[in-house]
Amino acid sequence: MDGYIAYGVFFLTVASIYALVCLGLNLQWGATGLFNVGVAGFFAVGAYATAILTCPDFPGQVGGFSLPVPVGWLGALLAGGLAALLVGLPTLRLRDDYLAISTFGIAIVIQLVALNFQPLTGGALGINFIPRPLAAWFSDAGRYGIFYLAVVAAIVSAAYWALERLVRSPWGRVLRAIREDEAAAAALGKSPAVFRLQAFVLGSMLMGLAGGLHASFYGFISPADFQPILTFQAWTMLVLGGSGNNRGALVGAVAVWALWSASGALLHAVLPADLQVRGAALQIVLIGVVLAAALLFRPRGLIGEEPIVSRHARL
Amino acid sequence: MLQLFADGLIQGAMVSLGAIGLTLTYSILRFANFTQGELVTGGAYAALMALAGFAGTAQRAGTFAGLSFGWPMLVALLLAMLATGGLALTIEWLLFGRLRRHGSAITLVIASFGASLALRNLIAFGFGPQPQYFSRDLQIAIPIMPGVRLTPDQLFLVGVTAALVAALHFFLTRTTLGRAMRATAENPALAMLIGIDVRAVVRWTWLVGGALAAVAGVFLGLTVQVRPSMGFDLLLPLFAAAILGGIGNPYGAVLGGLLIGLAESLSVPWVGSEYRQAVGFLVMLAALLWRPQGLLGERA
Repeated sequence: MDGYIAYGVFFLTVASIYALVCLGLNLQWGATGLFNVGVAGFFAVGAYATAILTCPDFPGQVGGFSLPVPVGWLGALLAGGLAALLVGLPTLRLRDDYLAISTFGIAIVIQLVALNFQPLTGGALGINFIPRPLAAWFSDAGRYGIFYLAVVAAIVSAAYWALERLVRSPWGRVLRAIREDEAAAAALGKSPAVFRLQAFVLGSMLMGLAGGLHASFYGFISPADFQPILTFQAWTMLVLGGSGNNRGALVGAVAVWALWSASGALLHAVLPADLQVRGAALQIVLIGVVLAAALLFRPRGLIGEEPIVSRHARL
Repeated sequence: MLQLFADGLIQGAMVSLGAIGLTLTYSILRFANFTQGELVTGGAYAALMALAGFAGTAQRAGTFAGLSFGWPMLVALLLAMLATGGLALTIEWLLFGRLRRHGSAITLVIASFGASLALRNLIAFGFGPQPQYFSRDLQIAIPIMPGVRLTPDQLFLVGVTAALVAALHFFLTRTTLGRAMRATAENPALAMLIGIDVRAVVRWTWLVGGALAAVAGVFLGLTVQVRPSMGFDLLLPLFAAAILGGIGNPYGAVLGGLLIGLAESLSVPWVGSEYRQAVGFLVMLAALLWRPQGLLGERA
């Protein structure tokens, strides 16, 4: 019984971290129509920022500031935003494909730095012994898991609440206006490039924070955690859940993570040992098919976008 | 220094071939196609399979003087071009064509990102993750200039690339189909109005783009190795080349490909070969900042 509870807590914690990523992506894609193919990169930057800020000092390793974990998370937030600023500034005034290509590029460059810049990132071996917040207060691992889940859930709830407020604010309506008709929004005196940059940076900050939560949760990160598959999972979650709707982002995160875990367990049970490595490839194909099917047959997702987000508007 | 220059041109030739397909699909179908990398990979594996198919005859046919391969390789290359063109058409028929009928260009980009991941993993599932080689013989690089040594395979590759680019130029400017492609890129509605079968143009775009990607894949396999992620690792340089040259412009893609190849190669002494892809990316960001329409592009 304890095993099931422990697994449930683990499952929900990871799903909540994904949910935070999806909320960020929903602000970028769902609300503003910005195409981010580098989710894994922004997530990675946040994870490494947290690791470098909170880790104790190791010989031969840059960082080791031993700062409190919340400071590490703040660093993750800022690092995600900074990376977004770097790609957003040159590309957000151009056609949307350029942002797609540039975010794809920055994710690859971040992956390269993570793999090769050993003094900062630990290279392929990654960074170990990342502190977990208040771990000393708990003697029982199961209770600590529940505590960490509560922390993550609180952060996700706060982000959800804030985003719901933002989307329904005049600022959120400008984002939608730009998404729907850029020329009309510009004619009303709103600068599309500025609003896009704000939404893009804010969304990437959430992804960075999610990376920080990931780093403190596992206590260990390596470049293998930040493969393009992560970007793809986040997209599948958002598209399946319903882009443009924050609740859709949450539902999609849980649903796709459940599908991912279940298919992994199934392949593990069915495939013989020598095919296990190849089975992982098959799992990714499955997610690809789910995304393609969702795009073809139910493009609005499980929960679609609400037609009216303003309290004042009536049909 | 000169050697780095020559290596950059070799790398650039392969990037150019792949980037042509990318820029053609962009100009005619109007979306950034992330599956282009997998077309490169698919081409290399198709050639490997074809070669395995006539392994017996390959022994008897021997190799060309100096080169690591003989006639079977050329036949395999042609078959790979056809197969990869077919693969591109299949993806178009299964996914992109359907999405284009109801959806925006950006939905196509997500779908292509997903299709790319699925294809890459399908290839990894089918052929295994370990790298494979067309030939395990060691080739001796011959001096062609003071300070520059290239293998005969590499010289052959540069020659074929030049011939293909010339053929593409002839195709785009002198044939009815090529002119129809350019017209569709310019203005699809107007092209349809004067009786161009836009759907046929779309099919040919995939075929040509896929076939050139296959050549890039086979050459990459000849000079480096064949592995499931080879095309994906090439994708960022491909995009960088297409953007630097002016996205939508095939000549720009060739120029951009050569420049990206050179930039990657010349930067190796300073930043090390691990960061090659990052150099292409920085060149691309710089191009987007200062000349977003690209070197040979007209409109932003």
